[in-house]
Amino acid sequence: MTTLERLAAILPADSYVESPARDGILTLQMEVDALTEVLPRLAPEAGFETITLVTAIDHMDANGEVRGPRFEVHYQFLSLEHSDRVRLILRVDEDTPAPTATGAFAGAAFMERECFDMFGIRFDGHENLRRLLMPEGFEHHPLRKDFPHRGIEPDKLYNQWNRERGGAPS
Amino acid sequence: MAQSKTFDYMPATPGDLPVDHDDPLHGELLKLNMGPQHPATHGVLRLQMVLDGETIVSCDPVVGYLHRGKEKSAESLGWRKFFPHTDRLDYVQPLMNNIAYARALETLADIEVPERAQELRVLLMEISRIMAHLIYLGTTAIDLGAVALFFMTFTEREKIYELLDAYTGHRMNNTYIRMGGVYADIDEAMAAEIRAFIDAFPAKVDEFEAMLTGNAIWYGRNRDVGILTREDCLDLGLSGPNLRGCGEEWDLRKSEPYCGYETYDFEVPVGTVGDCYDRYLVRIEEMRQSARICIQALDRLDASKGGEFLLEDRRYVLPPRSAVHSSMEELIHQFKIVTDMRLPKGTAYSSLESSKGELGFLLASDGSAQPLRCHVRAPGLLNVQAIPRVAEGRLFSDMVAIIGSLDFVMGEVDR
Repeated sequence: MTTLERLAAILPADSYVESPARDGILTLQMEVDALTEVLPRLAPEAGFETITLVTAIDHMDANGEVRGPRFEVHYQFLSLEHSDRVRLILRVDEDTPAPTATGAFAGAAFMERECFDMFGIRFDGHENLRRLLMPEGFEHHPLRKDFPHRGIEPDKLYNQWNRERGGAPS
Repeated sequence: MAQSKTFDYMPATPGDLPVDHDDPLHGELLKLNMGPQHPATHGVLRLQMVLDGETIVSCDPVVGYLHRGKEKSAESLGWRKFFPHTDRLDYVQPLMNNIAYARALETLADIEVPERAQELRVLLMEISRIMAHLIYLGTTAIDLGAVALFFMTFTEREKIYELLDAYTGHRMNNTYIRMGGVYADIDEAMAAEIRAFIDAFPAKVDEFEAMLTGNAIWYGRNRDVGILTREDCLDLGLSGPNLRGCGEEWDLRKSEPYCGYETYDFEVPVGTVGDCYDRYLVRIEEMRQSARICIQALDRLDASKGGEFLLEDRRYVLPPRSAVHSSMEELIHQFKIVTDMRLPKGTAYSSLESSKGELGFLLASDGSAQPLRCHVRAPGLLNVQAIPRVAEGRLFSDMVAIIGSLDFVMGEVDR
C-alpha cells in the first residue's frame, strides 16, 4: 500500500491535488475544510503518528505583488511504522486562519506559534497562539517578505515599547 | 540489537505524584523564573514556573533570547553564504549542521556526492555526535553534582577540538562541508591521529560510566524522573535519543539511510521506560557505537585514498584554486558561483539523525540566487516544548535533571 493509497482512504475525493516535490516526499495541496477534517485522522487511520514540522512560505515577490493566496503553510508528518512522510500544503491569505494541528499532535504548538510570530498566520483552534521568538509587543512579522532584511531600527522600537509602558523616550 | 544496561525497578504510576502534603509551604503558590541566565538551563532558556511548595504546578518555557534571525538572513545571503550560519545553530556540533544543510541543497539540486566525501561526512558526523553527547554528559552531570565528570568530558572534547583545528582549520564553527562534498581531503597523518583518539575513546566512556551508571545519587536523581512514553514522544514530535529512550527503535540512519549508513555495522541502543536515566544510557551507548562507525569510516577512507572528495559539477562547485589563478574562464566561473549560484525551482526537505533528534532543512527556491525560504527543523525546539509535559507535578529539583536529559542547545532552538 503506497503512501497515497493510505491517505486516499481518509481523504474526501477531489479534495487534494498531488504536486511534484524535488525531495520525493508525497506532497498534497489541500483546502482548509478538507485539511481540518483530515488532521485528526492522520495518526489513527493513516499511520502518520508524529508531526515533523509546521512552517510557511511567503509568496510575495520583490515588487510586493502576490499571485493567489499569499502564504503556503506546510504540515509535514512522519509514519514510523511505514517509514514514510507526507507533506500537506495549504494556501492562505493574510486574513484566513489555517487549521491547527495541535488537536491531534501537541508537538505542533510551538511550531505554529513560531509560524504565527514570523508570518502572522493565525491557527484556528490553537489554544495559546502567542509569539514564540520575538518579544511580546513586537508588531511585525519578520519572515514576511515586506519586512526589511536589515530589520527595524532598535531605537525606534525601544521608544515605542517604552511609550506603551508609560516611560519617557530615551 | 544492543540493549542498554538496565536495572530492575518498578516505574511510578501516573497518579503517584510526589506532592508533599506535610510541606509547610503546600498550598501557597509561588511564581518563579528560572533563567534566562541560569547556569542549569544550558543557555538562555527561561522557565516561568508556578510552585506549590517544592512541587511544580505549571511550567512555561520562554524561548527567543538567542534569536538572531538566521532564517531571514538566509533569504538575503544566498545559498552558499548561509553555510557559516548553520555552524552557529547547534554550536556544539557545527559539522552536523553543515552536512544537514549541504544535503538539503544537494536534494534540491539533485546531485550525488562522491563516495569518499560520503565517508568523510560519516566520520565527521559521528565525531560531532560524540562531541555533542560529551557536552550533554558533562553539563548534566555538573548540574546534578558530579563536578569531576564535567572536566573529564571536556578534556575529551578538547582533544576533538584540537583534531578538528588541525583538520578543518577551526576549533569551532568549521564551515568545512561544501555542496557536493567536503572542502579538503583528509591526509594520512590526520587520519592516524583521529584513529588514535577513537581507539582510546571507548575506554573513556567506560570511565564515565564507572562514575555514573551505578552511582546511587545519579540513579536516584534520574531514575523515574521525566518519563516520556512512546505516545508522549510521538505526540510531541520528539526524535533522536529522547524517542529511543522509551524503547522505540527509530533512527534515521537505519530507517532512511543517507551517506551510506546502511553499509555500516552499528547498533541502535534503546531504553525501556523513557526516563532521564534511560536517555542517559542511550547516549552513553551511542557514543560507543559512534566510535565503532568512525573506525569503519576510517578503514574505508584508507581504502578509497585518492578518490574524489568534491563533486566536479561546475554549476554548484567552485573551480580549484590553482585553476582560478591561471585561467580567466575559471576566474569568471568562480565569480559567477560565489555571486549568482542558482538552484532549480522547487521545494526540498532533507533531514538527518543529529545528536538531538531529526535535524532537517526545508528549502524553497524560486530559481533565483537567494532562497525563497530556508527553514531549520530544529529538534531542540521540540525538546524544549516537552519540558512542561514531564516537569509538571514533579519536584523542582527534578527540573535540573529533566532539562539536562532532554538535551537542547539554544542556538538551534532560537535560530
